[in-house]
Amino acid sequence: MAKKLDIKIENLPVRSQFSRRRKVCPFAGENGKTIDYKDPKMLARYMSEKGKIVPSRISSVTHKKQRVLAKAIKRARFLALLPYAAN
Amino acid sequence: MSYYEHVIISRPDISETQVKEMVIQLTEKFTSLGGKVVDTEYWGLRKLAYRINKNRKAHYSFLKLDAPFEAVQEVERLHRIDDDILRYMTIRVDEHTDETSPIMRKREDRERKPRAPR
Repeated sequence: MAKKLDIKIENLPVRSQFSRRRKVCPFAGENGKTIDYKDPKMLARYMSEKGKIVPSRISSVTHKKQRVLAKAIKRARFLALLPYAAN
Repeated sequence: MSYYEHVIISRPDISETQVKEMVIQLTEKFTSLGGKVVDTEYWGLRKLAYRINKNRKAHYSFLKLDAPFEAVQEVERLHRIDDDILRYMTIRVDEHTDETSPIMRKREDRERKPRAPR
């Protein structure tokens, strides 16, 4: 019989598994990638499986670039390069 | 004059040559209206992300324009009348990026890859 684990989930330190490393925005600075509504493969990386735009707190994109990214994704959706709802 | 990027999505059941002819007529139309077509690209018959009035695939063409807004308005009016064109989008840009758009780059890479020997 497996030894019953006596560690309860609640008292596990919450902070341990979240990475504290501050992720760098891929579009910032000179050598950052350019955001282009004609490039569906790169834009799809910032969309969830269901086709929704990933929030900037998760994809660690700066607020300014997130607005540009959202506009590009919406244009690509209008041109049917990206789905509105990927099912 | 201002720079525009113009994308046209046309019906899949017209042939590729017809799409190319339509683009050539558009370039003449723009020059006659006092504008200029800097560059045109044909992205090919692509699978759409969702159905546009019952079509799954469509021809994509892309034009880089340097034209006054009257020319663009006139051409858009023609697109509304023309029933071969499902959808069009014109975007004003500050300046044209000269390298080919990402979709074209992928097509070229695929063609350049050597075919596996049969």
